[in-house]
Amino acid sequence: MPELTYREAVRDALSSAMREDEDVFIMGEDIAEMGGSMGVTQGMLDEFGPERVRNTPISEMAIVGTGIGAAMQGMRPVVEIMYQDFLTLSMEQLVNQAAKHRTMSGGQLKVPLTIRTQGGAGWSPGAQHAQQLESWFVHVPGLKVVFPSTPEDVRGLLWTSIYDDNPVIFFEHRLLYPLKGEVPETIEPIELGKARVMREGKDVTVVAIGRMVPEALQAADDAEKEGISVEVIDPRTLLPLDEHAIVASVKKTTRCVTAHEAVTRGGFGAELAAVVQAGAFDYLDAPIERVGAKFAPLAFAPAMEQWVVPHAADVLEAVKRTVARA
Amino acid sequence: MAKVEHKPKGQSTLSDERLHELFREMLLIRRFEEKVEERFRAGELPGFLHVAIGQEAVASGVMAALEPDDVIASTHRAHGHTIAKGTHVNAIMAELYGKVEGCSGGYGGSMHLYDVEKGNLGANAVVGGGFPAIVGAALTFQFRKQPRIGVAFFGDGATNTGTFHESLNLAQLWKVPAVFVLEMNGWAESTPISQHSPITDFSQRAVAFGMKSIDADGQDVEAVHAAMTEAREHAVSGKGPVFLNVRTYRLVGHYIGDPQVYREKAEIEELRETKDPIELLRARLELSDEDFASLDTELTAIVEASVEFAKAGTDPRPEDALKYVYA
Repeated sequence: MPELTYREAVRDALSSAMREDEDVFIMGEDIAEMGGSMGVTQGMLDEFGPERVRNTPISEMAIVGTGIGAAMQGMRPVVEIMYQDFLTLSMEQLVNQAAKHRTMSGGQLKVPLTIRTQGGAGWSPGAQHAQQLESWFVHVPGLKVVFPSTPEDVRGLLWTSIYDDNPVIFFEHRLLYPLKGEVPETIEPIELGKARVMREGKDVTVVAIGRMVPEALQAADDAEKEGISVEVIDPRTLLPLDEHAIVASVKKTTRCVTAHEAVTRGGFGAELAAVVQAGAFDYLDAPIERVGAKFAPLAFAPAMEQWVVPHAADVLEAVKRTVARA
Repeated sequence: MAKVEHKPKGQSTLSDERLHELFREMLLIRRFEEKVEERFRAGELPGFLHVAIGQEAVASGVMAALEPDDVIASTHRAHGHTIAKGTHVNAIMAELYGKVEGCSGGYGGSMHLYDVEKGNLGANAVVGGGFPAIVGAALTFQFRKQPRIGVAFFGDGATNTGTFHESLNLAQLWKVPAVFVLEMNGWAESTPISQHSPITDFSQRAVAFGMKSIDADGQDVEAVHAAMTEAREHAVSGKGPVFLNVRTYRLVGHYIGDPQVYREKAEIEELRETKDPIELLRARLELSDEDFASLDTELTAIVEASVEFAKAGTDPRPEDALKYVYA
């Protein structure tokens, strides 16, 4: 099996779709000559030309909204919002337009639009370039939300997102871009709404997303040395959510920890905890633990930043707390 | 009877026969809107409604210059646009009654009238919300080399939104075949231009993007049609989008039941005397009282029938509320 970085895997999915399908095009800020602020679209301008690899002004509402209009005419646009912090600028188009046209039109319209974005802490970007806002969008009927953590998943899920007939917000994590991993020879589409068991275990289930997936795997390694067997599940898509896989795992392990880099309060872990208590209440041997960032706009100084966001050690501590209960 | 005050600016290509058709359509919109007001006050219509009384010539003049494949995005004041784009009044009235037979299947309501088959991509209840989708539709026509355009309707209040500026900038930058139709009625809900804009000539905002702008008298359907014909030709030929700066008058409140405490009663009365587009066209066509009465009777019956159609329509099943969340 070939090996790709997470960054290359994103590019491969985009380029493959564009080679096969002239309805697919990409647009966003600095994606053409510069190849994107994260280098994801490097080389694509040369291959596909400026009509299909479109640099845009700094106009997030128009980037998303133009994508909506093209999607409603049958194109499959993939728009890039450079940092997910800037999704805030396009919220009206995402929440009131993209998510609602299908219902408001009584099923006459569909919006096959993919909105790629990235972010995450760990390199001192300060408070406006590091947020993790995925949970905001899980609250909006009509949107789908995807957040892969491996090269194989990011490629297979991006392909599926492009060919989904609904608006999909596709989160990538900045620190995962250099991560290498094996991928299938050719793109294998991955169904939205299917979790992946990253590591099997029997004492505690950790449901982790984004950067916290590798952190949870590290925590599982560390826990094993102390005789605790940790199962790590990556839902990969938050909306739709593979509730069945998560509940089944917790029924087996009887303990659950959720982990994401976003702030804990109101984060996706709260939804996961609700799903688990509803589906596996009688099986639980400990309160569900939520791991996430502390409740503060992210400070710049590395010492403060690293203290605010969660790491493998925080997951390990939460795992130990659940085990200590029983 | 009011005199025709404004001659068409451009060369109108409308035959007398076509003008009579447009008169009929404008009067249909008027009678429809009056019926909507009446049924709303009778407590039959849920939600809240905005009628386009006074702005009929903009809808009819613009739509008469379009091809069937052209698409529009409308606003919260959408009934006239939707009728002029070809949706039957039965389907619109049924939508206002929340029926399955409505043009949005009962999912949209007055502010979300859709008819995709007729090129109506939907009315938008967020002021400024519809601009970028029209840029995207026009971009698709450009991609596919189709001789079609996208038309966004909006009022003067919308020219203060971020989407207006972002969308016009992008449309001109990419020279997409779009026309932005400003229905300048002088009011952002209850707020006059003097309180919402430092300038009164909104074409300056388009010109600032390098966009071609054409003025039209929105109470004169021939003038609107001539301007829109020129605008469409410019846009579809690849020269770029056009801003249509249409002066019109809202002869009613912002919404049905609006007491209009913010403007003088005498002003409204004067506008109704001098700026009613239907009276102006009636004078221009020199319609006899008999011909007018006969047409009026016919259209009133059509509108009355739409109410009967709507009331006899099917109530949606509550659980169908979830039917179209995802494709």
